[in-house]
Amino acid sequence: MSAPAAATAAVPSRFKPGDPVAVRQAYPPGHIRTPWYVRGRCGTVVHALGPFPNPEELSYNRSGLPAQPLYRVRFRQTEIWPDYAGNRRDTVDIEIYQHWLEPAGDAR
Amino acid sequence: MTDPLSAAHAHPHRHPPRPDTDDTLGHYQIMEIAIRELLIEKGIVTPAEIQRAIEAMDARGEALGARIVARAWTDPVFKARLMADGTEAVRDFGVDMGTTRLFVVENTPAVHNMIVCTLCSCYPRMVLGLPPDWYKSRNYRSRAVREPRGVLREFGLSVPDDVEVRVHDSTADMRYLVLPLRPGGTESLSAERLAALVSRDAMIGIAFARNP
Repeated sequence: MSAPAAATAAVPSRFKPGDPVAVRQAYPPGHIRTPWYVRGRCGTVVHALGPFPNPEELSYNRSGLPAQPLYRVRFRQTEIWPDYAGNRRDTVDIEIYQHWLEPAGDAR
Repeated sequence: MTDPLSAAHAHPHRHPPRPDTDDTLGHYQIMEIAIRELLIEKGIVTPAEIQRAIEAMDARGEALGARIVARAWTDPVFKARLMADGTEAVRDFGVDMGTTRLFVVENTPAVHNMIVCTLCSCYPRMVLGLPPDWYKSRNYRSRAVREPRGVLREFGLSVPDDVEVRVHDSTADMRYLVLPLRPGGTESLSAERLAALVSRDAMIGIAFARNP
């Protein structure tokens, strides 16, 4: 018999606030919430938001389970846009699901 | 029968941009009307229920968000709750965030926050009502993350160079509300008077709260 839904419903979380992460540089088809402009870029986890159903599955009317941990990841503008003209400390915070993140070596 | 949506969308191409026009009915508008009429014909919903849902949507507006901000300015305990768990705190105002969560970001003398959804038009409708047209425009959505200071200047907002501009791209399950800086000289004002200083734009982060 299958385990209770609660035990299998979420992927274990891999990251915590402060962790440096890199966004996967991948371009799969389908309903993807990871913005194009941040793929392949490095940032820092600022909030772990808990598990949420995977929108890539929900968009095809599937359950979205197991749920993916969702994080708010902070990127320096100069990491995303090398020619960024404003303050070098300016940032963008983006919600990214765990399966789009990999550990990165430096926190930028 | 296989799922027609999956079958139609399982293809590796990028969808071309849709023009931002509303002078003719598009495919999805026609589909919405057709489905709405079918739901009514089949007795699944009534026109009165649809009308009530639209009225409830229209009744939510920036005044609610402004009351939340004014309470945070005047009630430190509420502010702490709002910052820790916005979804839970705004239940005090009868707000149910549904499947989304409210995430409040606070402006400080060192950080100015602004909100965008580059993917579509995610917006804290439960506390601010319907988004303004510019928020949904391709222009704002693409430029807010690329040249936020330029966009802010076009809205008439000059953020000092030494203040960090922090853009929040609302790409998933959070809905963002900016808690603006409380204007100086407002120590004696009631929460009601303070709320009148808080515009929708200040809660999106493209304006400051007004001076009294």
